[in-house]
Amino acid sequence: MPFGLLKYGLSTDYPAKHHFTPATELKKHYDVVIIGGGGHGTAIAYNLAKYHGITNIAILEKNYLGGGNTARNTAVIRSNYLTEAGVNFYSESVKLFNNLSNEFNYNVMMENRGQLTLAHSDAAIRSFRWRAEVNQHLGVRSELVDRQTIAELVPNLNMSEDSRFPIMAGLWHEDGATARHDAVAWGYAKGACERGVELHQLTEVEDIEITQGRVSAVKTNRGRVECGAVVQAVAGASSIVAKKAGIPLPIHCYPLQAMVTQPYKPVLTPHVSSPQVHVYVHQTSRGEFVIGGGSDPYPLYHTRATLEQRESLSAAAMELFPFLAQARLLRQWAGTTDMTPDYSPIMGLSPVENYYLDAGWGTWGFKATPICGVTMAELVATKKVPDLIKPFELERFYRFEQINEAGATAASH
Amino acid sequence: MKLLTCPLNGPRNISEFTYGGEFHLMPDQNKTDARQWAEYVFFHDNAAGVVTEWWCHTASTFWFLAERNTITDQVIRTFEASEVFSQRKAFSVIEDQA
Repeated sequence: MPFGLLKYGLSTDYPAKHHFTPATELKKHYDVVIIGGGGHGTAIAYNLAKYHGITNIAILEKNYLGGGNTARNTAVIRSNYLTEAGVNFYSESVKLFNNLSNEFNYNVMMENRGQLTLAHSDAAIRSFRWRAEVNQHLGVRSELVDRQTIAELVPNLNMSEDSRFPIMAGLWHEDGATARHDAVAWGYAKGACERGVELHQLTEVEDIEITQGRVSAVKTNRGRVECGAVVQAVAGASSIVAKKAGIPLPIHCYPLQAMVTQPYKPVLTPHVSSPQVHVYVHQTSRGEFVIGGGSDPYPLYHTRATLEQRESLSAAAMELFPFLAQARLLRQWAGTTDMTPDYSPIMGLSPVENYYLDAGWGTWGFKATPICGVTMAELVATKKVPDLIKPFELERFYRFEQINEAGATAASH
Repeated sequence: MKLLTCPLNGPRNISEFTYGGEFHLMPDQNKTDARQWAEYVFFHDNAAGVVTEWWCHTASTFWFLAERNTITDQVIRTFEASEVFSQRKAFSVIEDQA
C-alpha cells in the first residue's frame, strides 16, 4: 500500500477514476425526465434505476452536478422536528443516511456527532419539552438537558450567566449527524449513471409542453425531449420552473448565508444551534468551523454575501464560543432557499397529471435527500403517493392544513 | 449599508424597514371561494425580475410600495400607496344565512 501510494504520488499522469460518464447526446424520448441535478434529482434517478427498473431517465441540470444548494448547505442531518409528519419523514431519512456509504459502496463521510439546540428563555424550554416528547414518542433520540449536561457535552461553550442571553437548557438530539454533502450527490449520480441514467449538465429547461393536462415534452437549450413523466427537483428555482408548467407555488425565495473559518485542531464534537442568537456552529472533520443560519430579511434571487450577515453571524458565534474571535474566515456564501409558509416541503402530485413536485426545500433539503429519493421514485414508478409524503402534498394549502415546522427550523426567517 | 428611500422619511438604512410581501389587490371576500382565498393568502408569483411589493418603515410604521428587481436587488422606485388606492376600501360582510 505505501509503495502504491508513493508510485501514485510520483506519477505524472494521475490515474484518477471518473465517478461517472457524462452523457453526450440528448435522446428524443425518455421515460422520466428529472429537472435538477442536485442531491434530490440524482437520488430520485438512483432509486428509480436500482429499485424500480426504470433506467431510461435523463437528469437535466442547468449548471453542473451538485452545484446548487447541494454544495451550499451546511450538511446538518437531524430529525428532531415538531409535527408527526415531519419527525416520521426526517427520521426515516436519518436511518437511510446511516447506511448510505454501504448502499453506494462509496464513502459519504457520515459522522454521528449529535446535535444540541440551546434554550435561552422559558418559552424555548417549553417548546423544547414539547419537541422532546413528540420525538421520543416517535422513536427519535431527543431529550431536554440541563446546564451541567450541556457543559459536559460541549466543554468550551460559553456557559457564563453574565452573557447577553445566558444558556438555560438544551435539546440534545443524539441522532443528529453530518455527512459530506458533495459526496451524497456524487454517490447517487455514480450509482444512477452505472445503471444507465443519463446526466446532462449545462442543459437548461426553457419550456414545458403540456397537452390535455399532461406533459408531452420539455424544450431545452439543446433541443426538444419527449417524456413519459417529469420530476422537478430544483430548490431555489422551484417557482420559475413550475411556472413553465403553469403551476403556482406558495414559495418565496430568500438567500441563506453561511461562512467557514480556517481549519483548527478538533475541539467541538456536536453540532450546536441557538435559535435565540440566530446561529449554528459545527466543526468539520477537516477542522473548519462552519457558521451558518443567516437568512436575508427579504426575498432575492441572488447568492451574494453581505457584510450585515457576516457581522451578525460572527457576533452570535463569538457569544457561544468566545475563542472564535481569533479565528480567520475563509469563505462566506449564500444559497437560495425556497421557503414555504409552513416550513415543510411540497412533495408529490401536481395539477398536471404526469408532473411531480419536489419543491419548497427551504433550509431542510439536504437532510431529506435519501428519503426524498426513495419516496419520489416510488411515486413516479407506482403513481401512488407513499404515506410518508402524503401530508406534504401541494393541495394541503388549499385545505388550509399547514404542517407547521417554523419553530423546529434552525435558520430564522 | 444599503439604502431604501421612504416616501415619508427619505433615504434610510434598509435595516430600518420591514418587508411586507408582494403587492396584490385583495379579492372581494364575499365573492371568493375557499380555493381562491387560499391562493391569495399562500401563493406567490415569486418572480425573478422587477416586482411591486409592500414595505414598512418600522420606526414610523409608514407603509408604502416599492418596485424592486429581485435578481439584482436594485430598488427602482418607492411610492406612496395613494398612487394605487384613491379611496378608502370598505370591508362589507355578508351575514351568515344559517
